[in-house]
Amino acid sequence: LHNTLFEGYGGLLWNGTLQTIQIAVLSLLLAFVIGLLGAAAKLSRNRWLSLLAQIYTTLIRGVPDLVLMLLLYYSFQDWLNRLTDALSFQQIDIDPFLAGICVLGFIYGAYFTETFRGGVLAVPKGQLEAGAAFGLTPWQVFRRILFPQMMRFALPGISNNWQVILKATALVSIIGLHEVVRAAQDAITGTSSKGASQAFFFLSIAGLIYLALTTLSNLVFMSLERRYSVGFRRPEL
Amino acid sequence: MIDLVKQYWQQYLWGTPAHPTGLVITLWLLVASLGLGFILAVPLAVAKASRNWWLSIPVSLYAYVIRGTPLYVQLLLIYSGLYSLEAVRSTPFLSTFFRNAFNCTILAFTLNTAAYTTEIFAGAIKATSSGEIEAARAYGMSGLTLYRCIILPSALRRALPAYSNEVILMLHATTLASTATVPDLLKVARNASSDFYMPFVAYGLAAVLYLCVSLALIRVFRSAERKWLAYLR
Repeated sequence: LHNTLFEGYGGLLWNGTLQTIQIAVLSLLLAFVIGLLGAAAKLSRNRWLSLLAQIYTTLIRGVPDLVLMLLLYYSFQDWLNRLTDALSFQQIDIDPFLAGICVLGFIYGAYFTETFRGGVLAVPKGQLEAGAAFGLTPWQVFRRILFPQMMRFALPGISNNWQVILKATALVSIIGLHEVVRAAQDAITGTSSKGASQAFFFLSIAGLIYLALTTLSNLVFMSLERRYSVGFRRPEL
Repeated sequence: MIDLVKQYWQQYLWGTPAHPTGLVITLWLLVASLGLGFILAVPLAVAKASRNWWLSIPVSLYAYVIRGTPLYVQLLLIYSGLYSLEAVRSTPFLSTFFRNAFNCTILAFTLNTAAYTTEIFAGAIKATSSGEIEAARAYGMSGLTLYRCIILPSALRRALPAYSNEVILMLHATTLASTATVPDLLKVARNASSDFYMPFVAYGLAAVLYLCVSLALIRVFRSAERKWLAYLR
């Protein structure tokens, strides 16, 4: 059915949308894990670890994401080519899908590091000490005491970061990924031979798809917020 | 690497007086879109914070649509989308305006930052303590005077930390201009990279320059906060 919609480009747009969602979700997962590790490093008592994490977050958050994306993607490809040349192997092309996810995850991991650091600091320290005093292992303290409470404080930041990641997926079309913006551009090129350009129409569709995705994720985050706020009363103003 | 720097350093920073490129263009894009965005955002924020639904609903809708879509899509829509419309091409004024990549970029950036800034300012206006407003009303202030003398000065101050964040994000967003053929810093880096095939050096130089601008902006805003938010310390 969707192949007959949008002048035959419905399927292309649908696949692009799925690709966008995949990239966004996988980068979110990667950024989430990097963020937890980064926050742990930043709060650790080891000076070198916290310095390293500090440099990571400052560098990444001070440089535009598009610059980082192009820098990392093309540099790694360049280094890989030199390596394969030196070993006289065949050239290996980095898969743009995997590269896009890694780069987005690496960049937004820095933003998650800051979000989680704030969340961890908001949990009263006495509770963690009490957990340790009860004989819980550090992992159990993290899993049962720190994480559930940290999430309540970090959730607004996470929601914000997710929206930014979702919108940043539009940039990976620049390094050749076939997500929804690229699909719209392909549809424009495909229809332009048949007379008037449909650029406005297809780009609006891409915009509406993004709007639908952000609206949907707002709803998901609202229900998550309710879940993690169980047991807390809202102050009545 | 030395060759790349020798050949391109001027383009990275300012280009020539006839054809400015690089950092100068990036800063110009930033200042122009932030300035125009600010001028738009103040009345929009007042409208959004107002109790009149006919004023607040359209502004909320505008902010929602802009904040829910990527700036890249907005830029493409304005740069290549609008020009594809027959109505735009047949009107001489619109046709010349939208054919110029620079105009389109500044328009897209302005509309984008205005939406985010409106949201920040409206939040700050709503957080004005009601006692202040009651006191002002008791002094006989109304409407414009109330906003000009009481609400806006304190709301804009309180919005400063959030606004500084938006300024940094806008600096990052200016890189999208390179996709619309505007010769900003990233565009120069892309040209240098494909010219010498040294992506790490070419993009790395741009990254360092962007980092310096980010850090400088953070410093400026920190001292601004120290000055205008001194009463909160």
